[in-house]
Amino acid sequence: MQVFSLPKSMKENCKYTFCPGCDHGIAVRLVAELLDELNLKGKTILAASIGCSVFLYDFLDVDAIEAPHGRAMAEATGVKRARPDKFVFTYQGDGDFASIGLAESTHAAIRAENLTGICINNTTYGMTGGQLGPTTLIGQKTTTSPMGRFKDTYGYPIKIAEHIALCEGTAFSARVALDTVAHINQAKKALRKAFQVQLDGLGYGFVEILSTCPTNWKMTPDEAHERVKNEMIPVFPLGIFKDVTEG
Amino acid sequence: MAHIVIDESKCKSCFICVGTCPKGLIKKSNRVSKLGDNLVEFKDENNECIGCAMCATRCPDLAIVEVHK
Repeated sequence: MQVFSLPKSMKENCKYTFCPGCDHGIAVRLVAELLDELNLKGKTILAASIGCSVFLYDFLDVDAIEAPHGRAMAEATGVKRARPDKFVFTYQGDGDFASIGLAESTHAAIRAENLTGICINNTTYGMTGGQLGPTTLIGQKTTTSPMGRFKDTYGYPIKIAEHIALCEGTAFSARVALDTVAHINQAKKALRKAFQVQLDGLGYGFVEILSTCPTNWKMTPDEAHERVKNEMIPVFPLGIFKDVTEG
Repeated sequence: MAHIVIDESKCKSCFICVGTCPKGLIKKSNRVSKLGDNLVEFKDENNECIGCAMCATRCPDLAIVEVHK
């Protein structure tokens, strides 16, 4: 009996262009599996972002629209309002979602748009070479903070899932990780909920996914997953911060 | 018989699967990919694989394309 196969929502013979050990690949697979399981493949429109996450339309067999940096939620709003029968989601990095596009992302939640947002948080700008991002941890060295992130100069990392949960229009907001099999299974459950709230017309569904960037962290994939466990999860606690379907 | 199928053309030699398999059935191979990195190999001479699919769940490059139980 076959217990694992590639999702049908992925393009045939697609090969990821991500760096070795990057968790993006797992997140894309989870999205593809959910598109299969919820039977959404033919009626999904993706608003693509800028960053490593941009390549999603090369891997997923769905229609996509490319947004300027950070504006994926604004474009997704337009798409969803024009075609409310479609399932519309964005897949963004932390720099795209929470720095350059923080206004668009937050206001989509405040307006209670029927959208799903997925944000990959790897504490750096991965594609451009590892600069300091909005989620860079205190003390973390990046190419633009070579001595580490000082709170006095750079401020504190933003906690995206908690921030989105505060918006009244948010139906679901959670933070998950991909460092262990158990966390990957939890991530899929959270993503399913974020998809389902849109399908049920309840409002904005959001999932922040703690991910690795072994290349820019200058670590092996295993060391990077240890960092997620030891350094990221204590600062960015996992959990569901808002769920209107519960109590 | 439980087993996995590895698509070597997708493997980027991150070796996450090597540390994930609870039975230690996936090992670094001596063969190298086009990029010059060691590939991985699945060896299950004593039929120990239980088809838990943890390797496929954690493979970031979808290189473990099938798991049979």
